[in-house]
Amino acid sequence: MTETLVQEPGTEPVGPSRPAGEPLLVVEDLTKHFPVRSGMFGKTGLVRAVDGVSFSVRAGETLGLVGESGCGKTTTGRMLVRLLDSTSGKITFEGKDITHAKGGGLRQLRQDMQIIFQDPYASLNPRHTVGRIVAMPLQVNGINPPGGVKKRVQELLELVGLNPEHYNRYPHEFSGGQRQRIGVARALALRPKIIVADEPVSALDVSIQAQVINLLRELQRELDLAFVFIAHDLAVVRHFCQRIGVMYLGKMVEIGDRETIYERPAHPYTRALLSAVPDVTKMGASGRIRLEGDVPTPLNPPSGCRFRTRCWKAQEVCASEEPPLTVKSNGTVAACHFPEDGAIK
Amino acid sequence: MTAPTSAPQSPATTDTGPYLKVNDLRVQFPTEDGIVKAVDGVSFSVERGQTLGIVGESGSGKSVTSLTIMGLHNTKRARISGEILVGGRNVVGMSEEQTRRLRGRDMSMIFQDPLSALHPYFKVGAQIAEAYKVHHPNASKSECRRRAVDMLGRVGIPQPARRADQYPHEFSGGMRQRAMIAMALVNDPDLLIADEPTTALDVTVQAQILDLLEDLQREFNSAIIMITHDLGVVAQVADDVLVMYGGRAVEFGSVEQVMRRPQHPYTWGLLASVPSLHGDADADLVPIKGNPPSLINLPSGCAFHPRCRYAGRNGDRSFTEVPELHQVQERGHLVACHLSEADRQKFYAEDIAPSAGVAQ
Amino acid sequence: MVRFLTRRVLVGVVTLIAISIIVFGLFFAVPSSPAKVMCGKNCDAASIAQVETRLGLREPIVTQYTKFMKGIFVGRTYADGTAFERRCDAPCLGYSFRNDEAVTTILSRTVPVTISIVIGAAILWLLIGVSLGMVSALRRGTLFDKLAIGISLTGASMQVFFFGLILLFLLVYTTGLLPFPSYTPFTENPAKWAQGLILPWVTLGFLNSAIYARLSRAQMLETLSEDFVRTARAKGLPLRRVYTKHALRAAITPIVTIAGLDIGASLGGTFITETIFGLRGLGKETVEAVGFLNLPIVVATVLLAAVFIVVANLIVDVLYAVIDPRVRLS
Repeated sequence: MTETLVQEPGTEPVGPSRPAGEPLLVVEDLTKHFPVRSGMFGKTGLVRAVDGVSFSVRAGETLGLVGESGCGKTTTGRMLVRLLDSTSGKITFEGKDITHAKGGGLRQLRQDMQIIFQDPYASLNPRHTVGRIVAMPLQVNGINPPGGVKKRVQELLELVGLNPEHYNRYPHEFSGGQRQRIGVARALALRPKIIVADEPVSALDVSIQAQVINLLRELQRELDLAFVFIAHDLAVVRHFCQRIGVMYLGKMVEIGDRETIYERPAHPYTRALLSAVPDVTKMGASGRIRLEGDVPTPLNPPSGCRFRTRCWKAQEVCASEEPPLTVKSNGTVAACHFPEDGAIK
Repeated sequence: MTAPTSAPQSPATTDTGPYLKVNDLRVQFPTEDGIVKAVDGVSFSVERGQTLGIVGESGSGKSVTSLTIMGLHNTKRARISGEILVGGRNVVGMSEEQTRRLRGRDMSMIFQDPLSALHPYFKVGAQIAEAYKVHHPNASKSECRRRAVDMLGRVGIPQPARRADQYPHEFSGGMRQRAMIAMALVNDPDLLIADEPTTALDVTVQAQILDLLEDLQREFNSAIIMITHDLGVVAQVADDVLVMYGGRAVEFGSVEQVMRRPQHPYTWGLLASVPSLHGDADADLVPIKGNPPSLINLPSGCAFHPRCRYAGRNGDRSFTEVPELHQVQERGHLVACHLSEADRQKFYAEDIAPSAGVAQ
Repeated sequence: MVRFLTRRVLVGVVTLIAISIIVFGLFFAVPSSPAKVMCGKNCDAASIAQVETRLGLREPIVTQYTKFMKGIFVGRTYADGTAFERRCDAPCLGYSFRNDEAVTTILSRTVPVTISIVIGAAILWLLIGVSLGMVSALRRGTLFDKLAIGISLTGASMQVFFFGLILLFLLVYTTGLLPFPSYTPFTENPAKWAQGLILPWVTLGFLNSAIYARLSRAQMLETLSEDFVRTARAKGLPLRRVYTKHALRAAITPIVTIAGLDIGASLGGTFITETIFGLRGLGKETVEAVGFLNLPIVVATVLLAAVFIVVANLIVDVLYAVIDPRVRLS
């Protein structure tokens, strides 16, 4: 199934022309199993948080990972930036295998790949000034930019729309949205090629959320940054990402370009997810696909297709045979025995 | 109806008119830094069988309003004035014992995070039975339990008798919120306040819970207040919408009026800043500049003026005079804004209507 | 629950074995020869050798350890080939030749004293401390609360030897309201038992009350701000019920843990209290034994203290599982 992904069709990046060719980041069959203890002498079970996920991101491209809690999107993000070690699978960055990068290799990787977290307050040290927080990646990596660290930090603050004179203030003096801007400035300090953003706006108020999304879009365009944007909010992802991967219970169930995913998705789960979103432009709850029950536990996922227990199209084959990821008629790559066809009404 | 009313100035209107009427409610908390004006002169009403959506960002006063209606504020620390008529009885100024008798029976509440809102040490069924027992002191233990199991079944929990003997941590997030709803509805309340009931849930589960609330409302004919920051949720479930900003109501109207023909620049801003599943995905969102105000030190005049694109279009009234709610265009559509009618129409037609976000 | 318990008991046993090995090893490494110390100043090599043989110090440490462990279960006999022979019945924790008594006999005299002191004091500090803390949390900011904080601050910063001596001076020497503390076994005369121990109870109880009051107050305040307390009120429960049923149970959980461990540790000896009031408990016995390098007693008491702590831990774990259903399942 890895092959099908690499030659994924219809995924030309939207936006300005960019050199096609080698993808920046390639993830192949990535898994993360967390052992859990149960029973008297620690008989172990496995939480299959991520279970064989593959995708690739080109330079300057924005890939969204969406799904409900427990789908493994956050775990995937942490494995990408090597905050977590993968159980198996391979991560390639610029042609180099970084799955087990250590020491110097890892340090180099951290320059090219940065992460932004959900909670802008918890991820900033309250005892450090903003200047120190943003300068930290430069100092840790022993980088002395032309004009000095302070000048670079002030440039970064200005870039993310903060007043450079607030260099000496502390995180608690800023509002939630501004704190997230500090997080973004820190992520940009080393001029990374790709940023993993884990729910970067979900803790923010609506009006502030839009400010941060616009900022990220602007930076993405100006600096030609690639993004892996992890979020549960499908509307936010639609406004930020060119390609979208939909995850369910540790599996990628569908991946494709934005328009197809949002207009004519093949996987029933993608359709259900989209139709469940309460949208400001839609009054009432008419025409909604109603999924029954909750997401099953990743400790003991259903056999065959993991979505089958909640799927209205499920048949016997879905329980016995896991559907492979293949190109569907709509152009996306999806894992379903009975894919949907046609546009969402 | 045993609780005596302590509002002699307002005649009890139990069966006609809105079940809940809030008149000029003000809630202030004195703190070391100054007085927090959490709610500053808010009025609205909800009828049985109707849903009022209260929308606002953090610090808009929406949650404080709901806790005040429930009488859950410490009256020693909060200064509350105005009128809250629940079935004709004024809750403001009532003793703790009097409001207690209303709570859970005539009005009840569900909260954002069902895991922390349910007691971790008690079985789910027992917690629901307790809510029934406190307002039905003569009911036997087995009767209370039957009622709890029955409610669990009605909110769509499979095998309710077995689930009643489980603890909250053995439930999934969606099931927990269902249990919370079962607990809130166990005494057939006339008013249900739901404070961000689906914010902590996944979208597919959120959809289930919203559907459930609608079904139950039809069944119980209760008045619902849905407090949320999610305009999509409001568009889906509300009949009327109240938009709050800085502790005040800035716009009120039917969901059609507020979501399809919004008239206040703050509502415009909210709608334009919400990403949507429809419309141009490549267009930039139009955020509201700046940050929500501090409730200790509200901006003069219209609290929204520092963030408003149209502030100052009507002399300096935006900066000096607090705008009152007044009717615009249609009956029942109220807006607190100094913009002249002509200006408002012009800006709406030029800037707002064409952009994505506003319901078409 | 059974599984949970079995696992905890097993862990406890393993811990005790580990501690016994460490204690044994440590004393083997003591620099001066215990036999020399016990023998006295004018002691020739032959006498030292004799003492060493009696104590079994000439055998390899592993043999000594196995003999000791075996003695606990079946008893043992100390002999040095001469007419000298001492029988030590199970559970034999060693034999003190200095006192010419089995350690078990000594312990059976001293342990009840310490247990009596600790249990009485613990009841006092739990009742007074916890209720004071809870009530002042519920009346936060009132005069009562401020007074309680003041008293507990004073208590928490006071020391046993200071407070105990003041009590002794006021109640015994000056006014003669109470007799000088002494120990009478409970089985012999409960009234006299209580009368003789009231001073150590008050001393230890008051000082710990102060700490527990502060702890309970903080716990209760934290619990009162929990969402489930708000839910309980939203249900229409009377405040009293909200506090006593919903808040108290959650607030008490961490206190149970700390109390269990405190009591366990105190049972290992309350040396200062025992000394001030002239009671020969486990603490005093141990400290004296250390002074005389009376190794058999030291080894036994250290092990016994470890047993108390392990058992206290076990009880805390069980209580925790009873209180908090989330623990039960994991």
